[in-house]
Amino acid sequence: METAGSASSRAKVSNPLWLLAEVTYKCPLHCVFCYNPTDYTTFGKELSTDEWLKVLRESREIGATQLGFSGGEPLVRDDLEILVAEARKLGYYSNLITSGVGLNEKRIAAFKEGGLDHIQLSFQDSTREMNDFLSSTKTFELKSKVAKLIQQYDYPMVLNVVLHRMNIDHTYQILEMAEAMGAEYVELANTQYYGWALVNRDQLLPTREQLERAEAMTNKFRERVGSKMKIYFVVPDYYADRPKACMNGWGAVFITVQADGTVLPCHEARMLPGLTFPNAKDHDMRWIWYESPGFNTYRGDGWMKEPCRTCPEKVKDFGGCRCQAFMLTGDATNADPVCSLSPHHHIVTEAVARAQKPAMPVTVHPIVFRDDKSSREFSKKTEPAAPAQV
Amino acid sequence: MTEAVKFSDDTVLDLARYFRFQWEPVQEAHVLLYPEGMVKLSGSAGEIMKRVNGSATVKSIIEDLGKTFPGIDLRNDVMGFLEVAHGNGWIRVKQG
Repeated sequence: METAGSASSRAKVSNPLWLLAEVTYKCPLHCVFCYNPTDYTTFGKELSTDEWLKVLRESREIGATQLGFSGGEPLVRDDLEILVAEARKLGYYSNLITSGVGLNEKRIAAFKEGGLDHIQLSFQDSTREMNDFLSSTKTFELKSKVAKLIQQYDYPMVLNVVLHRMNIDHTYQILEMAEAMGAEYVELANTQYYGWALVNRDQLLPTREQLERAEAMTNKFRERVGSKMKIYFVVPDYYADRPKACMNGWGAVFITVQADGTVLPCHEARMLPGLTFPNAKDHDMRWIWYESPGFNTYRGDGWMKEPCRTCPEKVKDFGGCRCQAFMLTGDATNADPVCSLSPHHHIVTEAVARAQKPAMPVTVHPIVFRDDKSSREFSKKTEPAAPAQV
Repeated sequence: MTEAVKFSDDTVLDLARYFRFQWEPVQEAHVLLYPEGMVKLSGSAGEIMKRVNGSATVKSIIEDLGKTFPGIDLRNDVMGFLEVAHGNGWIRVKQG
């Protein structure tokens, strides 16, 4: 069957630019806001070193230039040094996205030698207690040490802090910590509600007032430090009235390869019903990008319903996020309900309204840490894990 | 914040820290790669950036371009591009 955006508009498909390699879902942390799929424990075997090398080679051949090594915690793979070195030879600009757990001097020296370009270190909060609670582990001291190693090896100091209801009031302290560590770039990324974060949404979504205070603190801090630190403040899309231009369009620039080799147009697309996504073990990346039904389904705008179909803004936001549309409305071809023009927008405004009230006591709705045990529990359920619509 | 810099003939230019310059066969263009991004360069911008290597002076960059493209006065165009590139943070002045 011919799907919208396939053969007829093939000429318009541009080459990919980004490859996200989620090399493992193993992770020493158990963050409550993790976007990884909640059923990751049911996935097949991780790709071997040679299979990853094939993915890197084939993706580079079709034009990918930016490469992110992510996970899980990519440092859990003891062949990461091999992948990094090959990535450099192939001409990727590569980035290690890490919690820092498992990064020691021997490994960072090997990454430098192999040609890794950039390391992005995640922090959960500025205070040790909150950092350790949110990631359900004791890692704060270790992260500070890793930050020093990153500087010692002349990498740009890029910090990523995921913001939510429980840490957003510490925004100023978080920025002070970043400054003390010599950070050059800081991304204050509000939680996106996928995977584990969606399960925990009612505990994580900040109030409007918290959000406004955090933005004000960020601006005050920017004024003080000037250009020595670049700070990106990413607002949670639930508080926007137009959706994000998710992935810059489906199958437009971005490829995610999951630990078991499943190839997706974004990190979350595996959840979408009725689509099968190819595995890099069975197919060439060129076929996957240009020909596979999974990558062509939501290319272009032929799949759109109203209000997107006739909306002049569809060229800007592509109808938002297919996965969010599915998670919140049950149909991936609906407009992303973040959009105020969506007939389902009330789902988002209701979640936002709930967030303005005091948080539920954790005894009523316990927060769920990302770990194998919880993942196995979620996997038993046929429905995707989502918070109760109260 | 970047101030307007007037380069002299003896200024030595280098790529900015963490930037990489390379040829992308799929896009048939030179590009600059940096954390989380890429700039696709036009043909002439690529020819200029190819010569920004941490040892060539502004004067030698212009002279070398003149050998590749003889008979055209490139000086103003090259100076203009280098200032834009510096303003965008793609290149830096190498301190002697």
